[in-house]
Parts: sequence; structure tokens; C-alpha cells
Amino acid sequence: MMKTQDSKGPDSTPAATGRPGPTSSITRDPHLETTGLSVGYGEHLVINNIDLDIPVGTIGAIIGPNGCGKSTFLRALARLLKPVNGTVLLNGADIASMPTKRVATQVGLLPQSSIAPEGITVSDLVSRGRYPYHRFGSAWNAEDQTAVDHALRATGMEGFADRPVDELSGGQRQRAWIALTLAQQTGIVLLDEPTTFLDVSYQLEVLDLLSDLNATEGTTIVMVLHDVNLAARYADWMLALCDGHQEALGTPDEILTEELVHRVFGVEATIVDDPASGMPMMIADRRHSLRARRALHETTVGGNSGARTAPKTERDAHHEHK
Amino acid sequence: MHAHTSRSGTKNPRTRLGVICFVVSLVLLVVLALCSIAIGSRPVPLSEVIAVLGDPGASGVAAEAVRLRIPRMVLGVLAGMALASAGTLMQGMTRNPLADPSILGLNGGAAFAIVLSMATVGLSAPIQYVWVGMLGSCIAALGVWALGSLGAKGPSPLKMTLAGAVVAAMLSSLTSAVLLPRIDVISSFRFWQVGGLSGARFSLIVPLLPLFVIGEVMAVWCLPGLNALAMGDDLARGLGSRVRLVRMGAWGASVILSATTTALAGPIGFVGLVVPHAARLIVGSNYKRIFTLSLVFGPILLLASDLIGRVLTRPTDVEVGIVTALIGAPCFIVLARRRNLQQI
Repeated sequence: MMKTQDSKGPDSTPAATGRPGPTSSITRDPHLETTGLSVGYGEHLVINNIDLDIPVGTIGAIIGPNGCGKSTFLRALARLLKPVNGTVLLNGADIASMPTKRVATQVGLLPQSSIAPEGITVSDLVSRGRYPYHRFGSAWNAEDQTAVDHALRATGMEGFADRPVDELSGGQRQRAWIALTLAQQTGIVLLDEPTTFLDVSYQLEVLDLLSDLNATEGTTIVMVLHDVNLAARYADWMLALCDGHQEALGTPDEILTEELVHRVFGVEATIVDDPASGMPMMIADRRHSLRARRALHETTVGGNSGARTAPKTERDAHHEHK
Repeated sequence: MHAHTSRSGTKNPRTRLGVICFVVSLVLLVVLALCSIAIGSRPVPLSEVIAVLGDPGASGVAAEAVRLRIPRMVLGVLAGMALASAGTLMQGMTRNPLADPSILGLNGGAAFAIVLSMATVGLSAPIQYVWVGMLGSCIAALGVWALGSLGAKGPSPLKMTLAGAVVAAMLSSLTSAVLLPRIDVISSFRFWQVGGLSGARFSLIVPLLPLFVIGEVMAVWCLPGLNALAMGDDLARGLGSRVRLVRMGAWGASVILSATTTALAGPIGFVGLVVPHAARLIVGSNYKRIFTLSLVFGPILLLASDLIGRVLTRPTDVEVGIVTALIGAPCFIVLARRRNLQQI
């Protein structure tokens, strides 16, 4: 199903993680894939030759360091950028040759830099997600209203419908934006760092909401996340990018290794089992951080039994003697 | 759970306020239009105004006065609508609440073209000013667009605003450079420069009427796209809006509308800036509603300013461009303070 450049097994089907398949209330299940996709500005290639076949009804996370091309890749998936080479295929057809509004009824995008117009209410904001369904001069109809009501309910925002977006908390605001994307009624939702600038409780709230959507509606979700551990916890598959190249693709279990973290992020890390989810979790190891020292201390005392590899003893010794 | 019935606020108090404001201001506009025919250096009672309007064949001094003032009123309405629409479009496409047609470099372009033609070819007829001003406006606007679109990522609100400021400053110095050594040109140019409705003639207005219509139709076409654009370029594209096309459409419409107005009435400031602000305060952030309300508010501001200018210093006129600035500037400060502008 998925192509990998790494030799990691391609067996990353959603069934493996025990998620329900796409039992969708949305009639179409659009399928998005890229073949040899390269994107760039001028001569400079930001995304270099990426093949990705996004399994329908899964949650995917794109990870990588700042400037690796994560957002660019996502924007290319949504037809915002024109590929230099290769294509983005939506249901087998080149997305670049499709009418913009038709793409927008199948692929929704929540960019990072969205602006809530001053004083706009939540329901007004969400109703703007109906844009692609309207031709010039067509009137608001019952279908639009149903979609907006549904989006408000799914995001738990129906009680806030008439509140100005400016007055909401960070988490509520992000839920309002997600509701806008839901009102767009697309089978695929792309989100660029949906948890940035949110407190940890809101981060979890937003990701739980997206998981629920995926579970109940079978929506395919692809998001750029900078928090590797959150990505591993919520995603069925992960794509690691570095310098615009595909470094690894597979389930979090398969690809999140100490070697990959070193290769992609350039940091030493220990991978342990996340006690909350059972998924792999990365603990970055910074020689001079208090946390790293504490973690090392616990490891040597024998606390960290979940470590997937033996602690690096030379480094330990080095630290002990400092 | 409570039943959520209201469609995106059709029932909310703000919408009702918008509808009430629209109706009230429409009535006000009709009253102002009649007053602007009735009031002048020689007042004509309203009853006579209506009588003359109903009977085109009427003769007499009153009928003559009325007939002279009708084009002035018509130009006031057209210019008010055009400037307010252009301001709405500019603020929408640049997402800058301080944008108005002057940042297009339009006034500067028209002024420079007229001064240049006065100094070199010796133009003197109003109809010539109209076309030369139009041409100057369009060239300046194209220059601003080209300058603002430089770079790989195409036009952006910030680049546009900066380009407009640069071009306007440059044109203004060029205008001064041409003007200063020529006393005779200065005296004829300064009347044009202030901006007023006193030169209104149907013979000048009618040929340009199609441009007003085209501009307003284009503006209406842009409105849904401006609503999408308000949430950021990427989100708008994700919603399937053709951002560049909408920007070009909005740009083109504002150029046509304000260039036509400038050509006929000279540069009139503040209408494009203040009117959309006031409308936004009442109906919120939906550009369809802001635009609709602006179409009525614009002519009201212009006709009211013109009337004030006529009444204050009777029997001579203070040109409307001066009065809109006198009324507009304080209004703008109040609005800006009330709205607590976040993004300047």
C-alpha cells in the first residue's frame, strides 16, 4: 500500500493499529497520492522526489526538523503549490488540472497562518467552509446549514456558535478552525501544525478530536506535527522528512528509532515505550540539560526498564565523572 | 442539547442592525439628494424641486437652478458609491484596514498626468482632463501592481501597500517638480487638485457611466473571494478560491472605480477609508454586507459634505474634497480607537 524508500516493511496498514476502517458517512472516499513529487521556489528544491500513497481512512503525521519542507509538502498536497516535477494524484487524476473548487470539496486544508476576521462569530467562521459548494450568487441552503451544524457538534462548539472567535481560548479557537474544515465536508483533511501555540491539554484535546473524526467518519487525516511523540501516539503512519527528502515512512513502531532520530533531527535520543499509549516515545538526550542528567541518573539506578536499547555506557561514565 | 437553529447568524442582532441601518440610510440618502438639489446659493423650496423633477418641461429660474444641480447630485452619488466600493475592495484584498484608493497611487497618477499635459500640451478642457487623468491613474496602478508582485511569491498585501506608498511619494515629487516653475499651470491645477463636484456636467458623466457600472459589477463578483481571502491566502486557496484572480479582479475594479471618480471630481480623500470602516462596525466582517452598506454610506458622506461646503460659506462653495477630509479625519480617529485596531 505504501511505498518506502527505506527498507522498512511496507506493512503499515491501518488495521495493524486496531483502528476501524473507513466506515464513512461521507459518500466519497478520496484517495491522495504523490508520484516523484518535487516542489521548489525557483531553482531551489524544497521537496525532492517523494512518493507517498496515503491510505484512505488513516491518520498520518509528517515529521522532520524546521525547514525540512513539511509544510511545503502539505501545501503541495492541497494544490497550493505547483510541482516542479511529479504529480499529486487525487483519485488517480492530476490535481493540478482539476478545478480548484472541486479539489476543495475533497481535500480540506487548515494552514498554520489563518486569520480570524475581526469580530467574526464561530458560526460565521464555520459557514465559510461552505465556500467551495457555492457558485456565484447561489444562496445558502439546507445542506450548508446541516454541514455547519454537524461541524459545530462534532467539534463540541455548538454552545459557542454565536460567540466571537476573538474571545475564545486557544483550544476552542483551534476547534473552531477545525470545524470550518469539517464544514467543507472533505474526505481528506490536511492540517499544518494544528497544535502549535497550544498548551499541552489543548494539544491533546485537538488531537483527540481529530482521532474521533477519523474513527467515526473515516476521514483521512494528514498532519504536520513537530512533536514526534504526539505524532507517534496518534498517527497510523509517519513520514519523516529531512532536507526535502523522504527519510522514512511506516508505522511509528517501525520507523521511530534512535538511528532515525539521529539522522533526521541530529540529536541523540533514547526510544522507550510510551506508558500512556504503548507507542514508541523519544527522549532527547542533551548532555547539559537537567532533564537528561536526571534521566541518566534514573537509568543507572535502574528505573527506566522500558528502554528499548541499552544505555550508552561510555556516555554514562563520561557524565558520572564530570 | 439545545437546538441550534440560526444560520450563521441570520437571526443575530447584528444582522438586524445592519438591515435597519440600510433602510434608514437609504431614506436619508433620498432626503439628502433632494436637499442637494434644493439648497444652494439660490434656495429652491422642496415642493418646487419635486414639481420640476416631475415636469421636465418646466421653465423659470427655479427650474434652471434645479437642472444645474441635478448633475452635481448624480456625480455625488456615483462618486460616493465608487469610492466606498473601491475602499472596501482595497481593504479586503490587502487585509489592511487602513487601505484606501490612495494607496493604489491613483490620485498621484492622475494628478501627475494632468499636470504634465497642462504644462506640455496645454490641455484646458474638462473632458480632456477626464481622459488624461484616467490614463495616468491606470498607469500608476499598473506600476504599483507590478512593483508589488515582484518576487517569487507574487503579490502580497504588505508588498502592495509598500509599493503604493513608494509610487505615490514619487509621483507627488514629480508633480511638484513640473508644477513649481509654472505659475499659470499652478492656478488651473489647484482647482482640480482639491476635488469637487462643482464641475459636474452630464456631458462629462454620461460617457464614463459604463465604467462605473463595470467597476461595480466586478466588485460584486469579487466579494465571496474577499471573504475567503480575509482568513489568509492559504486557507482561501484551500477553500478553492483563486486568490490571484480575486486580487486582480478587486484591484482592477478599484482602479476603474477610483480612476473614473478622480477623473470627474478630482482626488476626494477619506471616503474610501472611513465608509467601509463604519459599515464594518455595524455589520461585522462579511464583505457582502460591508459592500452593500458602503454603497449607501458613501453617497451620504459625499452629498452631506457637499451640502455643508455649500451652506457654510454661502454664497461661495467649499469644495467637497476639503469637507470630506475635515469630517473624515476625526471620524476615522474615533472609529480606529473604538475598533481597537490590532494590525497597523
